[in-house]
Amino acid sequence: MRFWPLSRRRTDLSKAKGRRRLIAALPVAGLLLVAPVAAALAQDAGGQSILIGYLGRQEDPRTPASFLEPVATDEGLQGARLALADNNSTGMFLNQSFRLVEQVLPPDGDIAAGLKALADEGVRFVVADLPGDALLAVADRPEARSMLLFNARAPDDALRNEQCRANILHTAASRRMLADALAQYLAWKKWTGWSLLIGRDPGDALYADAVRRAAKRFGGRIVAEKSWTFDTGNRRTDTGVTTIQSDIPLATQGPDYDVLVVADEAGNFGDYLDGRTWHPRPVAGTQGLIATAWSRVNEQWGGTQLQSRFEKLAGRWMLPRDYAAWLAVRSVGEAATRTSATGFDDLVAYLHSPDFELAGFKGEALSFRKWDGQMRQPILIAGPRMLVSVSPQEGFLHPVTPLDTLGDDAPESKCRFNR
Amino acid sequence: MRSLLCTMLFLAAPVLIAEPVLAETIFVSNEKDNQIAVVDGDSLQITNKIKVGRRPRGITLSGDGTQLYVCAGDDNRVDVVDIASGKVVHSLPSGPDPELFVLSPDGNRLYVANEDDNMVTIIDIPSRKAIGNIQVGVEPEGMGISPDGKILVNTSETTNMAHFIDTEKRAVVGNVLVDSRPRVARFSDDGKHVWVSSEIGGTVSVIDAGTRKVVKKIRFEVTGVRREAIQAVGIQMTRDGKRAFVALGPANRIAEIDTESFEVKRYFLVGQRVWNLAFSPDEKRLYTTNGISNDLSVIDLERNKVIKSIAVGGAPWGVVVKP
Repeated sequence: MRFWPLSRRRTDLSKAKGRRRLIAALPVAGLLLVAPVAAALAQDAGGQSILIGYLGRQEDPRTPASFLEPVATDEGLQGARLALADNNSTGMFLNQSFRLVEQVLPPDGDIAAGLKALADEGVRFVVADLPGDALLAVADRPEARSMLLFNARAPDDALRNEQCRANILHTAASRRMLADALAQYLAWKKWTGWSLLIGRDPGDALYADAVRRAAKRFGGRIVAEKSWTFDTGNRRTDTGVTTIQSDIPLATQGPDYDVLVVADEAGNFGDYLDGRTWHPRPVAGTQGLIATAWSRVNEQWGGTQLQSRFEKLAGRWMLPRDYAAWLAVRSVGEAATRTSATGFDDLVAYLHSPDFELAGFKGEALSFRKWDGQMRQPILIAGPRMLVSVSPQEGFLHPVTPLDTLGDDAPESKCRFNR
Repeated sequence: MRSLLCTMLFLAAPVLIAEPVLAETIFVSNEKDNQIAVVDGDSLQITNKIKVGRRPRGITLSGDGTQLYVCAGDDNRVDVVDIASGKVVHSLPSGPDPELFVLSPDGNRLYVANEDDNMVTIIDIPSRKAIGNIQVGVEPEGMGISPDGKILVNTSETTNMAHFIDTEKRAVVGNVLVDSRPRVARFSDDGKHVWVSSEIGGTVSVIDAGTRKVVKKIRFEVTGVRREAIQAVGIQMTRDGKRAFVALGPANRIAEIDTESFEVKRYFLVGQRVWNLAFSPDEKRLYTTNGISNDLSVIDLERNKVIKSIAVGGAPWGVVVKP
């Protein structure tokens, strides 16, 4: 928290800089309107400026059960801001500059209007920090036809299959990628008997679907399934703890298993499970031993630098949604660096090409799957305080890249782009 | 066992004396142990462990060969070790998180990459002071210097560039884009080329130092090792400029490259996650630091064989040889 004053100052500075750039860009942009691709660009005094939009909605912050976790009111956005700074540090040497156009709407704000505002400013790359339904609604707007959206939040597998869109790339990991990553690790441990405990949110049921699919793929056995039907305790009162202590043994009673796999994406109850279950067995899934695209516990592969840069900027640690937004903005930066181009079509072509590779602090290059636009990436297997492993696990083979053992591989994808 | 070893050494001693004696000493920075392991080049035994600052990685010999400079990343300083006494005698102000550095050919300046700060710090060794900074790309790492000391090359891991820096003007004068996560930059002894390894890209870019263009990209392929595990890191070249050796990280291999054809001639299987490498003064041996298996591999370059592995301590990273 001691970083707050610093980060606020930095934010103000970056905003001021952004405003200055915008003012500088206005007259030149007017001159360029005749050129068809010019909408994506604005000319800076010294070089070309690439605009990247950020589209999200204000919402109440997730309240983590643990007091050690940060409460973030700017999840996602700070990742995009850090990547913008990284892009501009590199761009400095290539006479390229990047500007983030932030459209964070009020809780009941009209997302379509937000997209229109971005389009009116000439933005064609948009980082979408939106749930799945809002993302699809935006992707199908007429303005989005000449845009590329990055799904930096929604883990829904349908978005990578039946409901896929050619104008979306997914930097957020899908539920299937997370479940497969965890399943591979549990298979490697030979902890194959799973009891599944499912929360009440719609996302929890989808997470459970992904876990069932992963069990089939990697040899897990689901020995029991239960729904969480209890109230969660109040984290700040002793009555909460008393209730939860008597509720959890009931909720987890049943046939013996190796691991209790919990599906609780919002963190309503999952963190209370460990140490209170009926059977003395570990907890994994959305809490306990988790599969995640990013975690504070990772400092391997140069992760120290990313974590420390982020903490200086945001005054809190980097969360998976920040990481997905960072990947999205860095992807545009990487494409611009490699192609020396600023035109939208050139950059999009490169992002889709097999030459595209992004270093994402996970030990190998990240790239986009051509069949569904999903970014292939290693998935961390993390405990609450330590990194435990990284999937794909040794021994799960693939003819092209082991990374494609996580999530939907080409033959099983139901995505058919209507280009 | 020890007595047997002693006997063997005793028996071997006259033979060694009859041949030109390999009197070199090998210094290895152990990232996890916060120590420098000292290995005797004759016996290939550890003779001392020198305690230094936290997370020692980059290591180099002073111009007169009497001292070691060691980047202690977690202590934000460069430790100076007196070799004769085996002790840290003082520290140099390196700026935050120093990982790698390079010594100017006259031995008076250290150029340090500050990984956390997008900066290269210049240290004046006689006055023990930081005398300047140069802004570079995101996560500066590798440092190479031209034989005449006029051009410094720094790599930045997230910007993916080799920055050419004029050491007089202390300014970036050129930038060359290379593959992902560039780690090490090394000038050829004739000053004509700069070799830059890319860890995630798994390649080495050979840059013409005059035109600052990539003239060759060297790729590696090892049967049975997946492409993602081939991660180029440390680079060394023989004095005659004919052979180059590249450490391939988690591929656990050293590649030998013919510098005329840029073809990979052979791969040596060494310990796990090989980071860096150094020649013996006669260039008949190559020593490699293997970060996961905690050992130093010794490659006999006359017989093209890995002849020994020496347990040196926790997470060996850098290596330097004193004649």
